Amino acid sequence: MPDGALPVLDVRDLKTVFKTRAGEVHAVNDVSFSLKPGELLGVVGESGSGKSVTMMSLLGLLPSPPADVRGGTVGFGGKDLLRIDAETLRSVRGGKIGFIFQDPMTSLNPVFTVGVQIMEPLRKHMGMNKRQATARAQELLELVGIPDAKRRLLDYPHQFSGGMRQRVMIAIALACDPQVLIADEPTTALDVTIQAQILELMKELRSKLGMAVIWITHDLGVIAGIADRVMVMYGGQVVEHAPVHELFGNPQHPYTRALLKTIPTIHGERAARLTIIEGQPPLMVGPPTACPFRDRCDVAFARCAQEVPPRYDVGHGHDAACFFDANTGAPRDV
Amino acid sequence: MFDEAPKPLVSVRDLKMHFPIYAGLFRRRVGEVKAVDGVSFDVMEGETLGLVGESGCGKSTCGRAVLRLYDITSGEISIDGREIGAMPQGQLRPMRPTMQMVFQDPQASLNPRMTVEAIIKEPLDEHTDLSEADKRTKVAELMDAVGLNRKFAKRYPHAFSGGQRQRIGIARALALNPKFIVCDEPIAALDVSIQAQVVNLLEDLQEQFGLTYLFISHDLSMVRHIATRVAVMYLGKVVELAPREGLYAEPLHPYTKALLSAVPEPDPSLAATTERIILQGEVPSPSNPPDGCNFCTRCPSVMDICRRVEPDYREVQPGRFTACHLYNDTAEATAGLEAHKSTNKEKIK
Repeated sequence: MPDGALPVLDVRDLKTVFKTRAGEVHAVNDVSFSLKPGELLGVVGESGSGKSVTMMSLLGLLPSPPADVRGGTVGFGGKDLLRIDAETLRSVRGGKIGFIFQDPMTSLNPVFTVGVQIMEPLRKHMGMNKRQATARAQELLELVGIPDAKRRLLDYPHQFSGGMRQRVMIAIALACDPQVLIADEPTTALDVTIQAQILELMKELRSKLGMAVIWITHDLGVIAGIADRVMVMYGGQVVEHAPVHELFGNPQHPYTRALLKTIPTIHGERAARLTIIEGQPPLMVGPPTACPFRDRCDVAFARCAQEVPPRYDVGHGHDAACFFDANTGAPRDV
Repeated sequence: MFDEAPKPLVSVRDLKMHFPIYAGLFRRRVGEVKAVDGVSFDVMEGETLGLVGESGCGKSTCGRAVLRLYDITSGEISIDGREIGAMPQGQLRPMRPTMQMVFQDPQASLNPRMTVEAIIKEPLDEHTDLSEADKRTKVAELMDAVGLNRKFAKRYPHAFSGGQRQRIGIARALALNPKFIVCDEPIAALDVSIQAQVVNLLEDLQEQFGLTYLFISHDLSMVRHIATRVAVMYLGKVVELAPREGLYAEPLHPYTKALLSAVPEPDPSLAATTERIILQGEVPSPSNPPDGCNFCTRCPSVMDICRRVEPDYREVQPGRFTACHLYNDTAEATAGLEAHKSTNKEKIK
């Protein structure tokens, strides 16, 4: 990217493997990306494309075994998160990097009040006493738009609706003023009208607090509305990466193009028949030796089965991992 | 299809499905969850009626009640000219082949210990006198029809992907040559690139076998693609029912309008320019709905009358039904309607 700001998070060649009885599953293959202060990076992909595993790997949240983070670097605050001790990593997680999980039903502890759960990171990471933590917790609940915050601190998770629980999760993630917030499908389990409320809240919070956000989703519609840059993942690899207007206006990878054609919309032309992507996502057993999308691709040729395509720079901060050049309609030279 | 006037295959009148709530030491009945509370609609022969709404609005309960998977609280359901609303389950059994269901979760709705062949064959065992060989041929034909390789007939459901499992569920529903199929969120559990495959299959089968669908979904963009007409439910009631084009171009009910505006569109320039209607608050509990209109607690165009009187569900334009006081002939309603329409226009710009 041309503008000078140093990235807050810089991931290079991350590689994660799961050891299973059926062999080694290569879930994340050489994923690289960076996140600048204050920006929102959208990560799109289907289930099994490696988007959640990537984020879990860089925070050391995957149980090992079966998971094995094999290589790469994760630069954050001048350190490599993959090479620091567990204690330091724990102080980063929930402190400087906040995390919101997909399912607000299962990620809150049902036997503690939400107040206790919001205060936990405040007391552990910020060393606040009980009175300070209570005051901050109330402030946080008000920030995420929960009415009657003081009384609600004493309520248990089951007394909140799905949308409200997700607001509580956001409050916990924001508790220690994180520089980076990682949100893993935060609105997937919610209804559209509640999703709209949460998206609106996120926009508001970003302009207030100015943190950088990684937003994982499979919904291109959500991404179009909130992201600055988008990274498309398929088969454990980054297949395309671009600023949001570039990605939707000028998609380069055949998978992105097919995906955009597949989804029906509520405005615009109604297609008589949906365009489909034939076949199934790849299994990813064994290290990648070819393009993961080649079996479902309509422009694949011999080379796609022989090498893993690197990410070709196509200008405007846009790159695509494809041997086929969508602009010229011909294979790339090297 | 449009040569003759379409006649309804399924006709539902004032359907109610209330579930009792028991509480206290003696498990006394203390109230009821009004999951479906007075719903009326027709499904025309050969059409797809989309039934949309948020979770908890009663759309799945409604679909199941129409097939009499529940003993309904009250109402009339006529399918293919026969009234089944009050029919006892024993008499319903011979009717079952005409009406089938495709379930949401293909993982949970297939028995993991039965082979694909056994799963698809089960309805044939129950309802027909075909010989074993004929049944096998029929199963193979059905597997072809839904795009499953017949070589996999002896495999178990776990060996298939989500999309393929949904195909097994569809083959099972088709086994008895039904006329009417209730599809309860058939694509909600599938990945985006697989959803289109299943929707195209459903459309092909509809054409091939002349099927009529009740397509239940929360995905408004997919419903716009597949449905002929769309019914929108909120808190146990249908608030609007209209032909697809009209509903998406100019929603009449304020809830439909808010729901459509909340759908995120995969177009960043559109997302930046369109004005979203963000509904405040959440859906009230169906065990204790508000007085008057069910939507009055969240409605942006709410009037005094809405909090007192429940609006009638009626035809306000040819073929378009809605339950909203904005379409009354009073001065207040006319002014409210003007405001409602002007925001419609802004959105189109």
